[in-house]
Amino acid sequence: MSGYVSRGFHGKREAERENARVPPGQYIVRDFPVLSAGPTPHTPTAEWTFAVVGGAPQPTTWTWEQFRALPSEEIRADIHCVTKWTKLDTNWQGVSVDTLLDGIDHDATHVLAFSDGDYTTNLPLEDVSDGKAWIAFNYDGEPLAPEHGGPARLLVPHLYFWKSAKWVRGLQLMDHDEAGFWESYGYHIYGDPWREQRYAGD
Amino acid sequence: MARAAVRGRLSWTLGDVVELIDETPWVRTIALDVPEWAGHRAGQHVDVRLTAEDGYQAQRSYSIASAPEDDRLAITVEALPDGEVSSYLVGELRVGDKLELRGPIGGYFVWEADRTEPLLLVAGGSGMVPLMSMIRHRHAAGATVPAKLLFSSRAWEDVIYRDELERLASAGDGFAAIHTLTRMQPEGWTGYTRRVDAAMLSDVGWSASAMPASFVCGPTPFVEAVANALLLLGHAAPTIKTERFGPTGG
Repeated sequence: MSGYVSRGFHGKREAERENARVPPGQYIVRDFPVLSAGPTPHTPTAEWTFAVVGGAPQPTTWTWEQFRALPSEEIRADIHCVTKWTKLDTNWQGVSVDTLLDGIDHDATHVLAFSDGDYTTNLPLEDVSDGKAWIAFNYDGEPLAPEHGGPARLLVPHLYFWKSAKWVRGLQLMDHDEAGFWESYGYHIYGDPWREQRYAGD
Repeated sequence: MARAAVRGRLSWTLGDVVELIDETPWVRTIALDVPEWAGHRAGQHVDVRLTAEDGYQAQRSYSIASAPEDDRLAITVEALPDGEVSSYLVGELRVGDKLELRGPIGGYFVWEADRTEPLLLVAGGSGMVPLMSMIRHRHAAGATVPAKLLFSSRAWEDVIYRDELERLASAGDGFAAIHTLTRMQPEGWTGYTRRVDAAMLSDVGWSASAMPASFVCGPTPFVEAVANALLLLGHAAPTIKTERFGPTGG
């Protein structure tokens, strides 16, 4: 990548040493920064449901108890935020989206994840299928904190982290792609960190 | 939900550093002349990219401090301990250098002077920067919609833009700035000395019934506390827009 050489800039180069794991333009953080557009919702698990909408049966919903009774997996993944930070080796527990979509009849090509606080984000179905996405409820062995998206968030670690919708409450099955919240404010429609797809047109 | 117009690709462009203003010992404003700048809205940010001689690059995002009406594009940067990009911008960059950037970015945390709701701005430390763009925009546009700023800093010396804020608050156009100094106060200080809480927001802010537009920016614990307090006071979640400046950010 070319660029204007900044006189006197040498850099810390921590990301360079982990080059194979850090996408272009990203740097490594140790803590876990928080980004969101509005106040943090605090939905009690007693009121929480998860819904898959747009297939048959329609809709399919789980209460928190039903959701937690589903088989879950432990996931270790590197996560990449569009605001440039990358966090290596994060540990999650969650239910695979495959498990949730299993037995639902549909002809969707995309999904729109929807959350408390009116947040949405769009993803191709294949990016949440075959072991690539989870509804995560634990982080580092503890219940996911509200500011990090608890009680449950979508986890799609191979895309920029805004796609891993916090406070997720369901998936809308779609037969077309439709921009979600940040995608409609100029962020990239797909968001592959390895192709540095931060903003529309990247 | 408001939908922003779809834009073309955001290209990297060069700005000339025309002025450096030390706001505090750790915070510097960089004023740029950017020939290809297409304009911005108050509250948006830019990505800055530094390139070393061997091609190594680092990028970070910085909020825009200047008003859309200003001739120059200004960002204000806080030097973070060990910050790869911020320490260069605050410590090394000189007038006459060029800086590579692209933007503007973000269309949600923005305020425009034709809005009619009372405005509440709540800033913690360098979270003031995008709110300053809104205050400058309000003044430059001649808007008279009442606006209040509640600004939390550690000490008076840490209050960025303090002279300009005093000037704007005495302009008599409906803007008030209220400070709280949480660690150290000058002699004779009669203002707040504690962290922003619901009681303070109730004292100095707008009542929920006035349906204000609220913008909150600062470190994550600050934003969480303020946004939760506003909800507690009855403000509707969609009227509270937040942006966070973590201790990370390089």
